[in-house]
Amino acid sequence: MKARVTVTLKSGILDPQGKAIEGALRSLGLAGVSSVRQGKVFDIEIEGGDRAKAEALLKQAADKLLANTVIENYRVDVLG
Amino acid sequence: MKAAVLVFPGINRERDMARTLRLTTGRAPAMVWHAETALPAGTDLVVIPGGFSYGDYLRCGAIAARSPIMDAVRDYAGKGGLVLGVCNGFQILCESDLLPGVLMRNENLRFICRDVYLRVERSDTPFTRGYNAGQVIRVPVAHGEGNYIADGETIAHLEGEGRVLFRYSSPDGMIDPNWNHNGAINAIAGIVNERGNVFGMMPHPENHVEAAIGRTDGRGLFAGLVDTLGKAA
Repeated sequence: MKARVTVTLKSGILDPQGKAIEGALRSLGLAGVSSVRQGKVFDIEIEGGDRAKAEALLKQAADKLLANTVIENYRVDVLG
Repeated sequence: MKAAVLVFPGINRERDMARTLRLTTGRAPAMVWHAETALPAGTDLVVIPGGFSYGDYLRCGAIAARSPIMDAVRDYAGKGGLVLGVCNGFQILCESDLLPGVLMRNENLRFICRDVYLRVERSDTPFTRGYNAGQVIRVPVAHGEGNYIADGETIAHLEGEGRVLFRYSSPDGMIDPNWNHNGAINAIAGIVNERGNVFGMMPHPENHVEAAIGRTDGRGLFAGLVDTLGKAA
């Protein structure tokens, strides 16, 4: 099964990299961008076909390693 | 003193740290590889040096914090053992949940490599007893992610309990945004855990311990540890 874990910064956490990208988009002349926040995407292959089990496993992976929950939120999507 | 210096792939300050420990304690530390599951018997100080463990992949210190030796360090710290983390070592301690908060990208997005001034906030801890409260020391920093942050409640606890041991300051000890190089909240450069036995800081005191290098401001930190452990023995 294919799955995706998306890690994003919590709101209120300063994101200097996002700010720099935002500035770069503006300097490219791409008008209309009001804010950029940078995050991470993990594409993960899971053994077996049990959806609930996969979700539980990925939640554990995110809590233990993929995200630092002090500053980051995550979302688990089992794509099937 | 029986110090143990942890070695992770990608760490590059472990030799500076070992040299400083040998100079200041009179005894060479044990170098302990990350895959070990136990600290050498009788270890009374664990030091996590600076560098770029695992190439800073995922997040600085994140992968090192999950290595086998860190379980042993957690046990040791749980029993009150002294732990010092410098630079990447501080990041590893935060990622290990041994210290609260996180080190974010520097506010100006640049890697900062220069001497900074630190104000010593208190002198009644094992890590700062070699200094006087209010004293200003000059030591180098070399990091891209040293911008300390934690949630409001955690910061209130750290401040209320006097757990900030060093702050970035001007040469005369004023806290000023112009001297807070990486943008850390409340100019925090180093914090200690609730129990007072686990300490992390971004600057490198181990690099200012020899007159031949120019300054010896870092010696106080190691002298304080020697003094603490000498009294405990």
